[in-house]
Amino acid sequence: MTTPPRYLHPAAIPPALRGWVLPVLIVFLWWAGYASGRITSPLFVSPGKVVDSALELIRTGTLWQQLGASLARDLAGFAAGALAGLTLGVLLGLSRLAENIFNPTLNAFKQVSIFAWVPLISLWFGLGDLAKVAFIGLAAFWPAFINTLSGVRGVPKELVEVARVLGFGRLQLVRRVILPAALPAIFSGIYLALIYAWLATLGSEYLLTAGVGIGNLLTDGQEQFRMDNVLLGVILVGLIGFGFTALAGGLERYLTRWQRR
Amino acid sequence: MLTQQPLLPLPTAPEPVAARPARRWQWRWPVGERVLIALVFPLGLLLLWALAARNEWVAPQILPSPATVLAALSELAQSGDLTRNALVSFWRVIDGFALGAVLGLLLGIGFGLSSLFRDYVYPLFKAIAQVPVLGWLPFLILLLGMEEALKVVLVAKAVMVPVAINTDQGIRSVPAQYLEVARIYGFSRWQLLTRVILPGALPGIWNGVRYGLTNAWLALVAVELLASSEGLGFLIVYGRQLYQLDVVLAAVVIIGGVGFVLDKLLSLIEQRLLRWRRDAF
Repeated sequence: MTTPPRYLHPAAIPPALRGWVLPVLIVFLWWAGYASGRITSPLFVSPGKVVDSALELIRTGTLWQQLGASLARDLAGFAAGALAGLTLGVLLGLSRLAENIFNPTLNAFKQVSIFAWVPLISLWFGLGDLAKVAFIGLAAFWPAFINTLSGVRGVPKELVEVARVLGFGRLQLVRRVILPAALPAIFSGIYLALIYAWLATLGSEYLLTAGVGIGNLLTDGQEQFRMDNVLLGVILVGLIGFGFTALAGGLERYLTRWQRR
Repeated sequence: MLTQQPLLPLPTAPEPVAARPARRWQWRWPVGERVLIALVFPLGLLLLWALAARNEWVAPQILPSPATVLAALSELAQSGDLTRNALVSFWRVIDGFALGAVLGLLLGIGFGLSSLFRDYVYPLFKAIAQVPVLGWLPFLILLLGMEEALKVVLVAKAVMVPVAINTDQGIRSVPAQYLEVARIYGFSRWQLLTRVILPGALPGIWNGVRYGLTNAWLALVAVELLASSEGLGFLIVYGRQLYQLDVVLAAVVIIGGVGFVLDKLLSLIEQRLLRWRRDAF
């Protein structure tokens, strides 16, 4: 068996560049397929066409309008849902009575796939922004609530006892002991809430079709067989998701910096 | 637990019986009481719902009565619509889940075992994972049409991502000592993988599988709402189009029920699968 030349071995490429190999290869094959002229499907657009459509949408301002609308919706729903989840999680975490009354029911509701609520929400709130924000809020609520509850439940008993001995008031106990101790769990909830809120933003724009947004860019592109706009939408959706996760990661590192001291 | 005790509890002298005959009633939460108290809220909601429907506080087109929903449910069950659509959804989840779990497991094992593979593939994987299922939907509709393949691929994507990530993390969390012991015993690579690494990573892998199945169900309902002519999600669309909200609510109840059963099923399997962990102690 002949060994391939050394520079072709996968380990020969510096690690920082390795991640780029597959994406570059895919884009190259994509471009090569276009340049060969063999693929005649109207759905097969060239990489350049996608860039052109992006520039066109930027020039006319449509892109910013759609991005802005989607982001505003997403953040409004996320804020409402995460805040509700956080509050309810802390309350149920602090009181056995409240937990025993509400948690079994909430657990049952949790099992309903969130998208199943869309038709009801559309009947109750219409097809506009109110319905969308309500739906996004519902999607963000569950992870925030579940993780906060388990975080508060998981606060070590000793910490609470120390706070008692020091004569902390209830508000002090929550603010100084319980919230900081539950913060890592709360943050995994916030992460998930961000991801779910973004998924729900797309879902709400697909299903509650009134208005503009990135979701409408995608569905319109699909209906008009504009693969360039669809691909642009996919890329944007990924970038925004990435941005949100990065932002949440930064915030978490900032808020939990006391843990590393 | 946190709120029932007073701050700084001090020993107090027993109070005279005449002055305070009954002791303060305290919750102790035996199982029976817990079940009873858990019923208060849903029964209250149900009562409120029934009252709202009966007195027509809201139009019946917007909120049908519980009895109507129950009737719709039994009608769907008798006509066979329910079983047919539920079976369609069920097989889609199973197919997509199987495909996604196998792919995710292979990717996760690759990421966990080979840093070379990880360096090359992980960034692309991450980029694909970053776009939620619904972001891929229009793209895949253009590529695959609205056939079964579309649903299976999307469900598989929803499952693959958490399974791969959790498998990777599970493998990395296998203690180095285990690997050393295996090496001393002269385990082959295959033995090392099947006897040490995979069992050690099982809790992580299982986490991914559970999360993946929840995700699969979520994705499937979304796809069926958007691009399907069968399935439980379609039942909702159908009811909505005919303004039969009782059918919509009945389908919502069923979807919740299926989610619940899936979750319970997995936790039962988990107890069996991870039994060895407890047997060790």
